[in-house]
Amino acid sequence: MKKKIPGRALGEAVRQLFRKPATSAYPFAKAKLQPKFRGRIAFEQEKCIGCKMCVRVCPAKAIDIILSAEQPAAPAPVEGQTTPPAKKKFDCIMNLDRCIYCAQCVEVCPKKALLSTDDFELAQLDRKALRRHYK
Amino acid sequence: MSKINVPLGPQHPGLKEPINFGLVLEGEQVDKATVNLGYNHRGVEKAAEERTYIQDIYLIERVCGICSHSHTTCYITCVEEIAKAEIPERAKAIRVIVAELERVHSHLLWLGIAAYEIGFDTLFMYVWRDREHVLDCLELVAGNRVHYAINTLGGVRRDITPEIKAELLKRIDVLEARTKYYTTLATEETTVLARTQNVGVLPRDLAIKLGACGPTTRASGVARDVRKDEPYLIYDKLDFKLITADTCDVFGRVVVRVLETVESCKIIRQVLNYLPEGPISIKVPWKVPEGEAVNRYEAPRGEDIHYVKGNGTDKPERVKVRAPTLANYHAVPHMLQGGWMADVPLVIAAIDPCMSCSDRALVTDKAAASSAVWSWEEMRRNGIEFYRRRGVDFSKVTLK
Amino acid sequence: MAIENILLALFYALIFPGIWFLATYGMTLEWVDRKLGAVLQNRVGPPWYQPLADFIKLVSKEVIIPKACDNVMFRNLPYFAVAGVTAAMMMIPVWNGALFSFEGDLIAVIYLLTIPTATFFLAGWSSTSPYSAIGSMRVLTQLFAYEVPLMLALIGPAILAGSWNITAISEHFARHPAYMPAQLAGFLVALLALQGKLERLPFDIPHAKTEIVGGQFTEYTGRLLAFFNMAVSMEMVVGAALLNAVFLGGGLGLTGTGAFALFMLKTLGVVLLLVVLRVLMARIRIEQMINFCWQILAPLAMAQIVFDIFLRIKLG
Repeated sequence: MKKKIPGRALGEAVRQLFRKPATSAYPFAKAKLQPKFRGRIAFEQEKCIGCKMCVRVCPAKAIDIILSAEQPAAPAPVEGQTTPPAKKKFDCIMNLDRCIYCAQCVEVCPKKALLSTDDFELAQLDRKALRRHYK
Repeated sequence: MSKINVPLGPQHPGLKEPINFGLVLEGEQVDKATVNLGYNHRGVEKAAEERTYIQDIYLIERVCGICSHSHTTCYITCVEEIAKAEIPERAKAIRVIVAELERVHSHLLWLGIAAYEIGFDTLFMYVWRDREHVLDCLELVAGNRVHYAINTLGGVRRDITPEIKAELLKRIDVLEARTKYYTTLATEETTVLARTQNVGVLPRDLAIKLGACGPTTRASGVARDVRKDEPYLIYDKLDFKLITADTCDVFGRVVVRVLETVESCKIIRQVLNYLPEGPISIKVPWKVPEGEAVNRYEAPRGEDIHYVKGNGTDKPERVKVRAPTLANYHAVPHMLQGGWMADVPLVIAAIDPCMSCSDRALVTDKAAASSAVWSWEEMRRNGIEFYRRRGVDFSKVTLK
Repeated sequence: MAIENILLALFYALIFPGIWFLATYGMTLEWVDRKLGAVLQNRVGPPWYQPLADFIKLVSKEVIIPKACDNVMFRNLPYFAVAGVTAAMMMIPVWNGALFSFEGDLIAVIYLLTIPTATFFLAGWSSTSPYSAIGSMRVLTQLFAYEVPLMLALIGPAILAGSWNITAISEHFARHPAYMPAQLAGFLVALLALQGKLERLPFDIPHAKTEIVGGQFTEYTGRLLAFFNMAVSMEMVVGAALLNAVFLGGGLGLTGTGAFALFMLKTLGVVLLLVVLRVLMARIRIEQMINFCWQILAPLAMAQIVFDIFLRIKLG
């Protein structure tokens, strides 16, 4: 470890002349993501039961579950049986500017109604466009 | 020659984060240096008391971007100790894998930054190109390149499949070969040797007296590493060397960090081959009983200490973080004194400072000649008064 | 070469080989520097119009002048730098002859090339900020380090050719090309000293970005900074042309456009060497530079001079 060579990196530098640049041409080329990257959270309305566990566990107060504007009608009454109550529908309000994409809500949902996508190109010029209303 | 006061920071091209060094220069030589902290204080410890233990994982993770896993692991092992939860062996192994990957990442990042500080842009570009390999590894294991969030109360959140293991082994081989090349480059290139030898000298007894930790003190010959002194997770089962150097200068710190990176690659390979079968987490009730715990962890920058106090609810009573850089700051004025102005950015970079880790707010009252740490209430009241004087309307705000 | 009328004189001063030629060729060489440096670092590098775009962007920005600084000096120094470099170019052969050629123009060129350095020092001094004060002191200290090796290295071929006229030196080497490899030591010394004059790595100590923000240029913005950067690019052309004329034989016997094409080729070669030097090294400290220049470069240049005296006496 005691020798001193000026310009020690010369071999390595000349080798770079024959290589492709290490720069990725994003955004003109697609970004390479590893599988199961934690991006935007998606919501599947059919599975949600409105327990609001995700709201309670979110570290950033980014998600909210509200009742849908239109609720499905109650099922038709059948003779001699008690009518089951109408299944409620829930919407999900996601504030992308608050979300830290930790996927804690995905992990805690008992019905697996939330899932992580690998969508990360979420920047907007208008703050209001970051408040997503999933129906 | 007359002395001039040159402020280095809080904004300076040589610093990654805001910190202020007040330098008194006589020509090109540094006569005196004082450290002024506080620019990155965010009130993390107070905010941790308002969130549940699981939410606090993500808050504590954001104390620092590069040593995020160190902070979460140290914190969550404290909580698991209070809750008397024994996490499965596979979870410990996965935590060690991510920890060592983080160490590789941090040391490669540091090597690039140190090269940039001495103007060696080529080495900076090469090292940061190879750092992409370890970032891809972390993305594969945890889902994100920084802020891995792999820890949860009771274990880890993601498993390492055989495909991930094969990919990791491939990339670790590449990284180890590249790191060995950078070792030769950093220790044989004339200009790098000229800039790092006998620069920022910290003698051994001074390093112990000032309480420096991590590679800063290991480069002064002090064989102190929490992984060997008080093994946590599965470090007592692993075979790795404790790297020290005895040159006590920046060159020693370069050598220690680069050799530690090679050791970390070896550790990752050992753990990947050792990975025991089993669950990756256990269920721990969210309400943690009363109790307190202290844990130490070898972060890439040194010894990280966390203290957690539980009070039976699902929110902690008190969380205290002592980051390694806070211990290393005291050594910096000693290292700068008598040196050259040109070496100041390199010496500061050589302790691998992470200002985000270490800022706290201390209010000194000159009139009353007292100093006290402000509470959340006092800080909030001060902020509201400040803006009320500037005409902002606070009639809808109530102080608890 | 006699100047017939005022229009011809203005053409020479402003167009060729004056400001316009120096600016265009300087920007081309700056692009080559940045592109080749990037490729050697495994990056992409800027497109060909980047130096021009940088200049136009800087010229369109607001000029902010510190209150405490000397207004007159601060505003006018960049133009003096450009003027000094342009005047030096008049005496260096661009084709097989130079515009103004007289006995002793080698010394005149070296003197004129210290004018930009003096403007850098005054720029930093008049800025009254601590970073620019340190930068300006480093400019002068660096001048004392590389100037003597540069002069000594240029004297060697002058002694061999028996003349202080740059065009005569290049013609001498064109006639006796076997002498050129014998000047290798002097060429290396001149190359390193030129790297110091141009303030490029490993000698970019005066405007070291990570240590003193911008050095002597810290307070400069807008068109003033644009012209300082332009002066540095032009200095690269002049330095490469000087090295080409004194060590590499200038026109090498060709005339007219052939000699001009050869000039472009050889100055490009000199710049390629400078780029490789820049890519491979870290920045050294100012006292290490002084030690290096006085303990290694100056004795090497002296040895070359002694060797050239010996060659001249023995071989005529």
